[in-house]
Amino acid sequence: MNYVTQRLLTFPLILLGVSVLVFFSIRLIPGDAITAMLGTEAGLLTPDQRASLANYFGIDQPIYIQYSRWLMGLLHGDLGISVTYGKPVFGIILERFPLTLELALLSMVIALSVGVPAGVFAATRNEKPADLGIRVFAMLGQSTPSFVVGLLIIFVLSVFFGTLPPMGTFTPLYVNPLVNLSQLIFPAITLGFAFAASVTRISRSAMLDVLSDDYVRTARSKGVSARSVVWYHALPNALIPVVTLSGIEFGYLLGGAVIVEQIFALPGLGRLVLDAISQRDYALVEGCVLFIAFNFLVVNLLVDLAYVALDPRIRLGAR
Amino acid sequence: MQILRAIARHPSGRIGALIILVYLIAAILGAFGLTPHNALQQFRIDRLKGPSLTYWTGTDLLGRDTMSRLMVGIGQSFIIAFASVAIATLAGTIIGLLAAWWGTLWDGILMRLMDVLLAFPAILLALLIIAIVGPGTFTSVAAIGIVYTPIFARVVRGPALSLKQRDFVDAARTFGSSQWFILTRHLLLNLVAPLTVQVTLALAWALLTEAGLSFLGLGTQPPSPSLGLMLSESRNLMEKAPWLMLFPALVIMLGILGFNLFGDALRDILDPRTQRRSA
Repeated sequence: MNYVTQRLLTFPLILLGVSVLVFFSIRLIPGDAITAMLGTEAGLLTPDQRASLANYFGIDQPIYIQYSRWLMGLLHGDLGISVTYGKPVFGIILERFPLTLELALLSMVIALSVGVPAGVFAATRNEKPADLGIRVFAMLGQSTPSFVVGLLIIFVLSVFFGTLPPMGTFTPLYVNPLVNLSQLIFPAITLGFAFAASVTRISRSAMLDVLSDDYVRTARSKGVSARSVVWYHALPNALIPVVTLSGIEFGYLLGGAVIVEQIFALPGLGRLVLDAISQRDYALVEGCVLFIAFNFLVVNLLVDLAYVALDPRIRLGAR
Repeated sequence: MQILRAIARHPSGRIGALIILVYLIAAILGAFGLTPHNALQQFRIDRLKGPSLTYWTGTDLLGRDTMSRLMVGIGQSFIIAFASVAIATLAGTIIGLLAAWWGTLWDGILMRLMDVLLAFPAILLALLIIAIVGPGTFTSVAAIGIVYTPIFARVVRGPALSLKQRDFVDAARTFGSSQWFILTRHLLLNLVAPLTVQVTLALAWALLTEAGLSFLGLGTQPPSPSLGLMLSESRNLMEKAPWLMLFPALVIMLGILGFNLFGDALRDILDPRTQRRSA
């Protein structure tokens, strides 16, 4: 069994584990589900009304039956009904997801277009002042939380430019690309900042490794120009770890946009989770967490497969 | 001693160690109440005062001294970061060691469980735990501890698997050493180096996650000072009182930087292969 087969076989198993964890952890919340759903109004229910509600939601059944029903629902795209919105959870998630996806993609574009050239440049100037400057900047970038970057951007814009980034609204890309970009560019810079720092560090270190390889030395000794050695001979191989990092970081961005969406008041998936937690809308919390974890797993699987495609040396047991 | 000397010679190590030392002193002073003012006392007459000799980093909307709150906040963040990383290290090491030692079925079960936990972005898993238990200092410790446990399990399992095959482990078995003895003396002692590096880097992540949770209002609860919460509260006052945002931001950033630099230096020192590539 090779690495790809093993990876594909464990994927559904982990997915099942994630569903068990999410389902049972939400049911660990103290108090019964009806009180959780209705809050103080649950006190007004008669025992009969309570029993019929329990029967309606299926929570009078043993827990394993509840789980199997829930799982069957999941397989049909039914994540339950949100108490807050009175709508199916899956529909609400699909409404919010495009924003988070676009934000993650834009952050990745920013991070890669800054990080890769900076890393390559630093590697070619190893131990020189330019390299040192880039390394310091990358270390600072990695140590600055996204909420600090976001607040600093808002601060600079408001104090020095007398303006604020557009907040609280979202215009989809297909409706008005310019407005969409103006709404997402600052949050994307905020999210992409630490990501760019990681890309810089990993590009630099991978590039340094590749530049000391024999084939690069051979290319140099044959008189290939320095620029050509770096960009055509060394970079493609140095990009393998960058691809892996980008994939993993992209998965994090899909789930980790919580704080940035909160700062810029963007109605994305991250903000939906936070609101669901504060409103104690458990079906929504459950659905969002599961959806994000699923995306994260799929992205990680694709990254692993891409890694195998790029580097065929990886075989079973090489993990 | 040798490691301490190596850290002192390493530029990143020196700066990182210095930052951590300053933070530790601030945290200890804050914990014993040796702050310029009482962190909770409200000097109503001095509300929103800028940095001065009396209030080094200014006062907040309620007239509380920001410097004192920062010092207590650092202590709070450190307690949460250290406690959660201690939990993650202990749980992760036990799981990783046992998975490697027992092998096959148990290895599969334990490591797939860790994969399930790794399927969640860190902040999301922490949010899920907080949604269940409710926000607070103890929950933050537990949540961050659980979030980082799988990373330690992975860091320990890999090298433990290869150590298990080594001759000295076979020799110990032949001499009749108990499983416990082999696990703690032969395997664990050889894992101290990678674990130390991981602990330092995990402290940086834990500080980051704690600040993030507090920023969202799901970590330390008011009126207790917390760096993330101070930053979050500064949002509406950033034009009028920028010091309320700038100082906590700087303190959070430098703290994480300190642990990152220190962790990188340790990795360089303990693993010479990375020396050349260190950034």
